[in-house]
Amino acid sequence: MNTKINIAGVELKNPVMEGSGTFGSGKEYAEFVDLNNLGAVVTKGVANVPWSGNPTPRIAETYGGMLNAIGLQNPGIDAFIKNDIPFLKQYDTKIIVNVCGKTTEDYIEVVEKLRDQPVDLLEINISCPNVKEGGIAFGQDPKAVEEITARIKKAAKQPIIMKLSPNVTNISVMAKAAEAGGTDALSLINTLTGMKIDIHKQTFAIANKTGGLSGPAIKPVALRMVYEVANATNLPIIGMGGIMNADDAIEFILAGAKGVSVGTANFTNPKVTEEVAAGIRAYMEQHNIDDINKLVGIVK
Amino acid sequence: MSKIKETAKVISQEELASGVYSMWISTNEVVKDAKQGQFISIYCNDGAKLLPRPISICEISTNALRIVYRVVGGGTKEFSKYSAGDDIEIFGPLGNGFSINNGNSLLIAGGIGIPPMVELAKSIREAGNTDINIVIGYRDKETFLLNELQALGNVYIATEDGSVGTKGNVMDAIRENDLTADSIYSCGPTPMLKAVQEYGIRLGIKTQLSLEEKMACGIGACLACVCKSKEKDAHTNVNNKRICKDGPVFLAEEVLL
Repeated sequence: MNTKINIAGVELKNPVMEGSGTFGSGKEYAEFVDLNNLGAVVTKGVANVPWSGNPTPRIAETYGGMLNAIGLQNPGIDAFIKNDIPFLKQYDTKIIVNVCGKTTEDYIEVVEKLRDQPVDLLEINISCPNVKEGGIAFGQDPKAVEEITARIKKAAKQPIIMKLSPNVTNISVMAKAAEAGGTDALSLINTLTGMKIDIHKQTFAIANKTGGLSGPAIKPVALRMVYEVANATNLPIIGMGGIMNADDAIEFILAGAKGVSVGTANFTNPKVTEEVAAGIRAYMEQHNIDDINKLVGIVK
Repeated sequence: MSKIKETAKVISQEELASGVYSMWISTNEVVKDAKQGQFISIYCNDGAKLLPRPISICEISTNALRIVYRVVGGGTKEFSKYSAGDDIEIFGPLGNGFSINNGNSLLIAGGIGIPPMVELAKSIREAGNTDINIVIGYRDKETFLLNELQALGNVYIATEDGSVGTKGNVMDAIRENDLTADSIYSCGPTPMLKAVQEYGIRLGIKTQLSLEEKMACGIGACLACVCKSKEKDAHTNVNNKRICKDGPVFLAEEVLL
């Protein structure tokens, strides 16, 4: 049985990774999950300099989901290269570094510092809804998406994956803009901007007022968007948004995702990533599928 | 110290005061390395509630843990309905816990910060320190865990409405009874911890504070539950510490409340 997938020339042993920001750089979850069993580890977003993130409370649970506004707290690329990459290199899995920034130059500084690092792919976060200065500002205008994609692609040594925001009218337009800018692959979706109000305290449940909604509440939206983008571009897609188990992951694959990321579900079950990988194999056996790639996008 | 997710069983449950419940849980794994001041995460059966609820450990026994918690929302309401024999999904033990110092001790707690004081006072006694003053604050005459704490130290009570003990907060009770110590251990609402922090630092008393924040992963990965710290944290390289992993117990000098 072949569970290997290829994303922009990089072979992953299986399609399962975890959603950036839910898993740190894998150190904490390595107590519960054998990282060798994951197709890749996608790191928390890293910027050119350390970011302190937003005030607390940074999260709030909602029906079938959660809001977060962590604000991309990260140690900065230099500390990341020193501490996190050597940790991940101990494992037989691919390393996908999620890159964030406030300006195009910030992103370029990070990808340039990663040129000579043993990193396999770069996921470019142009879709964080919780950082005012950058992030999503790039992800909601097709011209800006194309331009930043082209500039990062030029600076990057590793293949790049543009991570798209669902907070747009037509995500296919953004996907095509990233394709025109030369991206090698796409990740979608990031979180949906949402809000929760504490009626007893009569204030916002999270300090940032708004946060990104994730979890099973957003899965139908994410699946629809993956399907649309799969039919609008020829790029490999990493699908995510509310995947809680192998069945959910298989839905994304059938809709057109080559890879799948498990995010919020890590908080509900620290072993979930490994369980999703095992569940996909069980499904393939049950349905006599000898190659995972034969499932990608077959529901038209 | 290994953290583990375990399907445990409820041994017993009772309501100690309005909305405050005590549950004994039978566990073989999570209890193994548990110590005073640590917490466990409890998962809801309701699949629409994705995040486990972090709840402090009140007492540790042979193959059993006791939690005392307040019903504050749908998740804790679900837990309050569990009865003997029910399965309960728990994850832990989480966090660092209190370190025991020698000498006389002052335990200061308010509201739902009171429960971890029970195991803490037991551990302080087990370490050979019997001079323990415990100052606890309640809203009103609906007290809880009083018998347990009175068996472990001299208890001073403050209530917001003055119905029991000193009228006011724990600091009022400390002043009224002229209490001091070699070490302070504290858990409770942030305004209380701020006052304790200021008091401990001003008098040069070794002071440990147990903090609370909304959590998601509970193991230091997601960076939801941070507090401001004086020094840059080695993990994140910014002035934030993770309450779930680096805490919940911090030295008074370490954190900015």
